[in-house]
Amino acid sequence: MNAPHDPSSVGQVLAHKAHFDAPIRLRSGAELPSYDIAYETYGTLNAARSNAVLVCHALNASHHVAGYYENERGNAGWWDNLVGPGKPLDTRRFFVVGSNYLGSCFGSTGPASVNPATGKPWGADFPVVTVEDWVEAQARLADRLGIERFAAVIGGSLGAMQALQWTLSYPDRIRHSLVIAAAPRLTPQNIAFNEVARQAIMTDPDFHGGHYYEKGVVPTRGLRIARMIGHITYLSGEAMAEKFGRVLRRASLGFDFDIDFEIESYLRYQGDKFSSYFDANTYLRITKALDYFDPAADFGGNLAAALARAKAAFLVVSFNSDWRFPPPRSREIVRALLDNRRIVSYLEIDAPGGHDAFLLEDPRYHGALRAYFANIDL
Amino acid sequence: MTSAEQALLAARPDFAAIAHWVKSGARVLDLGCGDGSLLRYLWEANQAPGYGVEIDDDSVLACVANDVNVLQVDLESGLSLFADQSFEYVILSQTLQAVHHTEGILREMLRVGREAIVSFPNFGHWYARLQVVLGHMPVSKSLPYEWYETPNVHHCTITDFEDLCRRIGIRIREKLVMHDGKPVTVLPNVLGSLAVYRCTAA
Repeated sequence: MNAPHDPSSVGQVLAHKAHFDAPIRLRSGAELPSYDIAYETYGTLNAARSNAVLVCHALNASHHVAGYYENERGNAGWWDNLVGPGKPLDTRRFFVVGSNYLGSCFGSTGPASVNPATGKPWGADFPVVTVEDWVEAQARLADRLGIERFAAVIGGSLGAMQALQWTLSYPDRIRHSLVIAAAPRLTPQNIAFNEVARQAIMTDPDFHGGHYYEKGVVPTRGLRIARMIGHITYLSGEAMAEKFGRVLRRASLGFDFDIDFEIESYLRYQGDKFSSYFDANTYLRITKALDYFDPAADFGGNLAAALARAKAAFLVVSFNSDWRFPPPRSREIVRALLDNRRIVSYLEIDAPGGHDAFLLEDPRYHGALRAYFANIDL
Repeated sequence: MTSAEQALLAARPDFAAIAHWVKSGARVLDLGCGDGSLLRYLWEANQAPGYGVEIDDDSVLACVANDVNVLQVDLESGLSLFADQSFEYVILSQTLQAVHHTEGILREMLRVGREAIVSFPNFGHWYARLQVVLGHMPVSKSLPYEWYETPNVHHCTITDFEDLCRRIGIRIREKLVMHDGKPVTVLPNVLGSLAVYRCTAA
């Protein structure tokens, strides 16, 4: 029997795939001769085509933003608490598009896809992709869907970088940019964490220089450690203490190297889960995309000069407990927008969730998003 | 004027004075902007685009709902988000008395803005003086809090404020003292319950 229908869910959804034959030239100089972009949509594009909202995903998510698939009712989209009928991003009013980035392992062309030149998976030969490349691919998807101009582009973390890049790559194709838990560029510390994650993957004996598909193995050990490191940076120390404390998994300390503490068990579980479905080559590339994002670099480090092109109105949101991209990083963006006299509001939410707070349902945060979306004219 | 605007001006008579001073189209920064009513009013009355600074969560949410640009930062820690002389007016409307670093904020206002507009309840109003003489902290329409629940930390009189401006080199360009929404010209520090000043750097 079917579960009772939740009226605030977009319900059952289908993933689509758009194929592009026109080559795309990437920031690295490499070119993909053809590619697929996986996407989902919710709601209806209005006659004026003025109600489209693009949702950009972060590191390990996908185009599956809301709802569920027919045979996986438990697997709700990653931002299901935000997107749906009557939810802050209301699908009765907006046409919402979730798009999977190039290089992903969830449907868009990526390292595990077949390289048409060789008939074998791309593996290590798949180019390094950047936030700019993703925006370019999303713009082509928008063309395909008949969307000239997005009412809004929204994203958190790496998704926020895309929402920001949209205002620079296509200033006339975006009216509002919602930049959540963002940074205008990574700090050396951020890059350092990414490098440890990459080293964990690349030194795994099963990595084979990135050509592990043909060997029939997966560098799960490296990927698992990469995820454990990442996960530490997503949670605040406070949230970790609250959730796990120093609680033991066994009756007393073992004086060995099995799991003593709950937090160890949690990290191992997260690592195991992640390494069972995520692709190591994709992971390497998204960490590089993060490291390379720096719109100010072409302007001598002057972010205000870099953002002078932007025309959109902005909502910037940060979370106090986020130590990966803490509030001062968001304030850099706000300051640069103010220097350019752009329309901007900035919220600093006192929520304990750390970097991952952007995925959680804080009433102040969601209340502000709801109010902001409600004020967007269609 | 709509009935909503009339109600707003009855509740906040300093708004009309501020709107009178703010030139059409001028850039405005409102410190401690509450729910954004003043910014909304200035936008509708003068087409003056503005930003508010507010720390309180509910007020920030109200600003977003009011479609007013709001920046959730603590103004006590300075206005480092804002470049020198980036606004025509920086407004501190009935917030001065709740600010800890009074002198610092006044200086910051005139770094960021060409003019500062400051309004505050006058602690020198006769009714406040009377209540103190009778042994109580003043509670009135312009000072609506009991002593144990007030967010206000630095009450001042009109004379006190003018003394401070003189001491730190702030030049008063215009002032308006009011009671019950009407201007007071005789004995303002006794008969006025609300003061509004327009200031510049000396």
